[in-house]
Amino acid sequence: MAEVASLKVSVWRGGEQGHFARFDVPARENQTVLDVVTHIQRELDPSLAYRFACRVGMCGSCAMTVNGRARWTCRTHVRKVVDADGALELRPLANLPVIRDLAADLAPFFDKWSRAHGTFQPKDARDGAVPDDFAVVPPASKQRREADAGIECIGCAVCYASCDVVAWNGDYLGPAALNRAWTLVNDVRDGGRGERLDAVAGDAGCHSCHSTQSCTERCPKNLDPSAAIAGLKRVLFWDTLLGRR
Amino acid sequence: MSASERHGETPAAGRPRSATTRAQTHLWVAQRVTAMVLAIAVVVHLVMIVMAVRGGLSAAEIIARTRGNEAWLAFYVVFALAAGVHGAIGLRNIAAEAVGLRGRGADLAWVAAGLVTAGFGIRAAIGLYA
Repeated sequence: MAEVASLKVSVWRGGEQGHFARFDVPARENQTVLDVVTHIQRELDPSLAYRFACRVGMCGSCAMTVNGRARWTCRTHVRKVVDADGALELRPLANLPVIRDLAADLAPFFDKWSRAHGTFQPKDARDGAVPDDFAVVPPASKQRREADAGIECIGCAVCYASCDVVAWNGDYLGPAALNRAWTLVNDVRDGGRGERLDAVAGDAGCHSCHSTQSCTERCPKNLDPSAAIAGLKRVLFWDTLLGRR
Repeated sequence: MSASERHGETPAAGRPRSATTRAQTHLWVAQRVTAMVLAIAVVVHLVMIVMAVRGGLSAAEIIARTRGNEAWLAFYVVFALAAGVHGAIGLRNIAAEAVGLRGRGADLAWVAAGLVTAGFGIRAAIGLYA
């Protein structure tokens, strides 16, 4: 890659309907895909729309489709994704409406978090009052470990954009929302377990997952939403079979 | 204020959302349980085929084994029921994802198709028994 003097960058322009615009961007030794997009907007075409905030892999807002694969652009080195001819293709995240150019509308993604009951519901104080005492949750307990395994999600939607089932079924809640639900199902302080399991069951929920694990493969945080979904299926299987729901 | 209202959910017309998802969950559980049954039944079936064809395959030999034998009748009735239900639910999922065929009417039609398929198998098993 270092031999290529300039990158041939194809960038999606427009909304759902649009076209690729070609830009030549100087190649650098150390360069992220977000650097390339920023160069285009600052030096070549100020009308380009894209989204970023932290630039260091904390906020999850700069995810795009880079050469056909959803990635955080801020944590993707150009030399890791371009081939010998320096071609780079940038599109907005898949499975989401396009606002403009490289900015996808994440509203459906976050709506599904709330549909999956992704909010903590205190067991001790459902009305929001402060509980009398601290809940004691041993960090090494099985349930806490299950919850901890998925708790670091920052909602970048890379998994959602990589999921085939979301592409087939627009109602499907998607890996991130189901992962979030699984962390709460395992939170012993939470009081909304039954309603949450109802919300994540069925064709729009965990039972549509084919366990192809694109979400797990592509999660930039190395989380395992596929295992979380399998956990939800397991709980719902036994609860249904034994008449506990 | 119920939890579902708090989350901005509007129940689908007619059946409440939880009833629909429960029915879908039951279909999923039925498919998993029938898969477990089939895992054993298919092995028994294949072993039986291999054994039956040794030294030539004849109708008389098969009838001699199955006629009046409640164990084989029970086995094939369970086998046919599991295969019919399992296959129909699988086809339902494929139809939903591949061609968007969804809804309660389609679900009932698939369950009916599964039971009819199972019915043919059960009729054959009874034919070998009686």
